[in-house]
Amino acid sequence: MKKSTILNAITYLFLSITSFIWVLPIVWLIMQSLRGEPGAFTSYVIPKIWTFDNYIKLFTETKLFNFPRWFLNTLFVAVFTCIISTIIVLLTSYAFSRLRFKMRKPLMNVILVLGMFPGFMSMVAIYHILKAFGLTQSLISLILVYSGGAAMGYYIAKGFFDTIPRSIDEAAIIDGATKNQVFWKITLPMSKPIIVYTILTSFIAPWVDFIFVSVIMKDNYQNYTVALGLYQMITRENITAYFTQFCAGAVVIAIPITILFIIMQKYYVTGVTAGGAKG
Amino acid sequence: MEDKKFSLKIKEYLTLFKNSIKSFFEGFIKGDIITKISYFVMGFGSIARKQYIKGFLFLLIQIFYIVYMMKNGLYYLSMLPTLGVNTQGEVWDEAAQIFRISKGDNSMLLLLFGVSVILLSVVVFVLYIIQTKIAVENQKRIEENKTISKFKDDIRDLFDKNFHATILFFPIVLTILFTVIPLIFMILMAFTNFDKNHQPPGNLFTWVGVNNFKNVFGKNPLWSSTFLRLLVWTIIWAIFATFLNYILGILMAIIIEKKGIKFKKFWRTAFVLTIAVPQFVSLMLMSKLLHDQGTLNILLQQFKIIDKFIPFLSDPFIAKVTVIVVNIWVGIPYTILITSGILMNIPEDLYEASKLDGANSFQQFIYITLPYMLHVTTPYLITQFVGNINNFNVIFLLSGGGPLSLNLYQAGETDLLVTWLYKLTVNEQNYALASTIGIIIFVIVSTFSLIVYNKSSAVQSEDEFS
Repeated sequence: MKKSTILNAITYLFLSITSFIWVLPIVWLIMQSLRGEPGAFTSYVIPKIWTFDNYIKLFTETKLFNFPRWFLNTLFVAVFTCIISTIIVLLTSYAFSRLRFKMRKPLMNVILVLGMFPGFMSMVAIYHILKAFGLTQSLISLILVYSGGAAMGYYIAKGFFDTIPRSIDEAAIIDGATKNQVFWKITLPMSKPIIVYTILTSFIAPWVDFIFVSVIMKDNYQNYTVALGLYQMITRENITAYFTQFCAGAVVIAIPITILFIIMQKYYVTGVTAGGAKG
Repeated sequence: MEDKKFSLKIKEYLTLFKNSIKSFFEGFIKGDIITKISYFVMGFGSIARKQYIKGFLFLLIQIFYIVYMMKNGLYYLSMLPTLGVNTQGEVWDEAAQIFRISKGDNSMLLLLFGVSVILLSVVVFVLYIIQTKIAVENQKRIEENKTISKFKDDIRDLFDKNFHATILFFPIVLTILFTVIPLIFMILMAFTNFDKNHQPPGNLFTWVGVNNFKNVFGKNPLWSSTFLRLLVWTIIWAIFATFLNYILGILMAIIIEKKGIKFKKFWRTAFVLTIAVPQFVSLMLMSKLLHDQGTLNILLQQFKIIDKFIPFLSDPFIAKVTVIVVNIWVGIPYTILITSGILMNIPEDLYEASKLDGANSFQQFIYITLPYMLHVTTPYLITQFVGNINNFNVIFLLSGGGPLSLNLYQAGETDLLVTWLYKLTVNEQNYALASTIGIIIFVIVSTFSLIVYNKSSAVQSEDEFS
């Protein structure tokens, strides 16, 4: 009895220390965002002046860094990316999981292989394709780029669809349902976890992507997303003046994502393990 | 066994290919006049047999294609072998007495549009084959006194028998436009000399064969030594980043899920919270924290733990350790999140039986927990490994690839092949070399994962639930 009490005490101590290490950078971020003293770094950790000025400035001083606009840009892109990619992912994975046609296996392998190329290797070409359509530096081009590759993420949802017994489909088809009806009325209602997972991951992507948007937007500040915009705040020239505002901006976008993530947590696990959890 | 299966498969495809060629010509020879015409005029086999909408759609495609080829397509195709001959230059305008800039060829656009024209031709060719098949089929049905499908039936089939064609249409179009064309374009670029000195529109670039590959594999000592060192580091990084995160994450999950530990949800949330902060934020914060004059060094100095700052990100070796350690901070929450559910699925009696046999916790972990987890999460591990080989974020945002080294060409000590690729395109505009590296990364990654994917149980047991 006594031995296990000591063991538990050690475990609690260990967990406290490790979780402290994990949470520390986040706490530091929040403290910095509330810091009243100027400058990039202070030689102490806890701020001496506490203030909300950084947040207020972030939304009011928009001459150089137009954060509210970037925020709306990102929201706009995220909503449409999320709609288009969710539809594409669900359709593709349903086709590969449930329908049997001649080109199924080859197509699956081809798409899988395509997804293994380093993504931004094709950015130069995509930039010029978008230019040929007259779309560069626009938000629409961002939506297209984020959802254009969605089909390549089919295998997680496919893994989930594979677990739905096919006998249900077959019964419906015997009752005279078309495959279209089976998809909408039977498969989709049973796939809530994977739908939520797909929606949330594709919604979050534009908030955190940094590379694609920097290649596409170049110097068009008005159409930046929050990630690229915030990055501008901590370049060497700006970091001294804007570091605390950067922290405030980071907190502002971390809050909605945190909430979404907590909602999505259980679906996330279903999603990631769907492809492999049936050994 | 595997080889035999593979060669059988190839044989299967070959006979399929032979048969379709045979039926293509047979259809023409045995065809009546309508079918024969439809081999030259797309859609004729349908129009003449009252499938007006379908037929005219095919005809429209053919007309569009011919007009486009006459107007632009043939020009782009003819420019592909040279990628342009006229350099942009200044021409003396006698009348106005000034130099005017003459518009030269743009190799990059010529290559891009050339590739697009070829792909367009392939698509039209496939449609052409499909419509000959329809014509032959229609003829056969008439000879057998069967009815020919109406447009309405075709539409209905698209939602039932041919549902796959309907739902895969948009995904495939988008994939071709935003993945396949760019990819072919970039692959071809590896066989050109598109670098700083050959920048369109001012200059042209042209084909150089496998020169870039030769350079990377030895002809250019600086390039090949850089490539080799980065390749080795990339693999070391991917192994550490994948398996350290995996094993440490499982251990953390086991500790949290241990019997008698309270507030499980609280501990889990503390770790998982870090996933929710966007990576570019947390990583850039980390890089500021670990800076030579950053907060961590200042703190350590204040508490007199160290006298001089620790070069977390500026010493070649320490920087490598730092990025791996920080990546553990980034990655462990993911593993905890994914594995804690699976851990609870391991049958309890396995542990009890092993306890009776006198196994300690360590042995239980090695012989029960780990094999079970590996079995279930292999696909996840593969994606993690591939993701780490191409892990742009952690390296780029944390160390920026630094510290820089004179022994490396345009790369720093912690640069992975991908971040090198990024630097080569963005800073150095050496697209040719970057594409070559990209192809090599791709070959490594794809062979590795295709083999493991096809062997893993998830793919094998695809139809298990049916």
